Amino acid sequence: MALRGNLRDITFTQILNLINLAKKTGTLIVEGPGQTAQVSFREGKLVFAQIEKEDSNLAIVLNKAKKLSANQYRTIMQHGSTISDKELGLMLINAGYVSKADILLSIQQHCVEIGQRMFTWMEGFFRFENDMLPPDNRINVRLDLENLIIEGSRQLREWEQLQDEIPSLDMALKFTDRPGADLKKISLSVEEWRVVSYINPKNSMHQIAHATKMSDLEIRRIIYGLLQAGLVEIIRPIDQAAAVKVRSFPTENKEEQKSLVNRLINRIRSL
Amino acid sequence: MQTVKMVITGPFSAGKTEFIQSVSEIDVVTTERKISSHSERAVKEATTVAMDFGRITVDDDLVLYLFGTPGQKRFDFMWEILSEGMLGFIVMVDSTRPETYREARTILETFRAYAPTPYVVAANKQDKDDAWDIEDVRHALRLDPKVKLLPCVATDRDSVKKVLLELLFSILTEMENGKRK
Repeated sequence: MALRGNLRDITFTQILNLINLAKKTGTLIVEGPGQTAQVSFREGKLVFAQIEKEDSNLAIVLNKAKKLSANQYRTIMQHGSTISDKELGLMLINAGYVSKADILLSIQQHCVEIGQRMFTWMEGFFRFENDMLPPDNRINVRLDLENLIIEGSRQLREWEQLQDEIPSLDMALKFTDRPGADLKKISLSVEEWRVVSYINPKNSMHQIAHATKMSDLEIRRIIYGLLQAGLVEIIRPIDQAAAVKVRSFPTENKEEQKSLVNRLINRIRSL
Repeated sequence: MQTVKMVITGPFSAGKTEFIQSVSEIDVVTTERKISSHSERAVKEATTVAMDFGRITVDDDLVLYLFGTPGQKRFDFMWEILSEGMLGFIVMVDSTRPETYREARTILETFRAYAPTPYVVAANKQDKDDAWDIEDVRHALRLDPKVKLLPCVATDRDSVKKVLLELLFSILTEMENGKRK
């Protein structure tokens, strides 16, 4: 029952969606660009996240969330670095420095930020270890995945929308015939001007991307903007998929068709 | 002699040839060519270029032909030709290769656009240790809950029979619902 693969084939958003829908318990380990993340779930809720090699103990998390003053943080790091997050949390609550809600919110925010970073990872091996839980000494939260998925979906939607709008980079571009429109007076970014300078019915979008050293996503984003502004149009191929004849039975009679299917069923059963 | 046709499609090396071979009464007619691409060679030794073709004689009056589409994208011009006049189709997915799921979705959508015939999806290689769970495959393929997703081991005749029967049941259901023209 292996849930494993590569982010270039299944996005992090899709994995979160799967974990949410299937209410999985376990830990997702993802090897991203130069770093590895561990994100733990309990019944589809996010309970813990960390990037390996990045220290993210409670003191660091609270300091980042500005729940500790610089002095408090320094003192804790000097004297309290060996105690667990749970013990530290209790001490800080008892001392009145933070509340339980502060701690939970800060950890939640930390987990969300890790998730947001992981949305930018387009490549990397992942595996889901069923029933593997976070380290005992760390404080767990309980975060619904929906909002995180929505944000990831927004990024994915942009990519998919761009792919829908511009499915093939093998097509070429030409300037639209707009009487009175003077391209020189239109305000474009540097990247957009670079693309515009290559627009020619002989150049495919692939070739323009290659010449301007842009990725598929970047070139699509720019061309989409130019399309929306009505400056260019895509020169499409002429061939279209013809409708396939629907007639699939050798007879038009409905009863004969049903009989035929039943004969097929009986024959397959007898194999 | 009446003939009817089903199409078995899916990404490269999903198990289409093995599926047809498991039930065909004739050796599957396959045009083998040396793989031209190094990456495809890494996946399997031989591949079909034109199409797979299998046959099941139902009775004196009726024959079922099984057509397998070529898996590589560069042969997708064959899909439309092969899908003409089909009773229904099966989309095969390799459960151990999630990198092929996106392509499987594209193939599914292409065939649905070609003809509004019933179809099922077969998650093949379910006997392998690294096969994804069926429900995980469903979520990854973003299949509607109404779409039948069936576990399959293409080299196992009983497993292949189950998939074919489920497609036939779907065809019958659609006919009884009066959707067929």
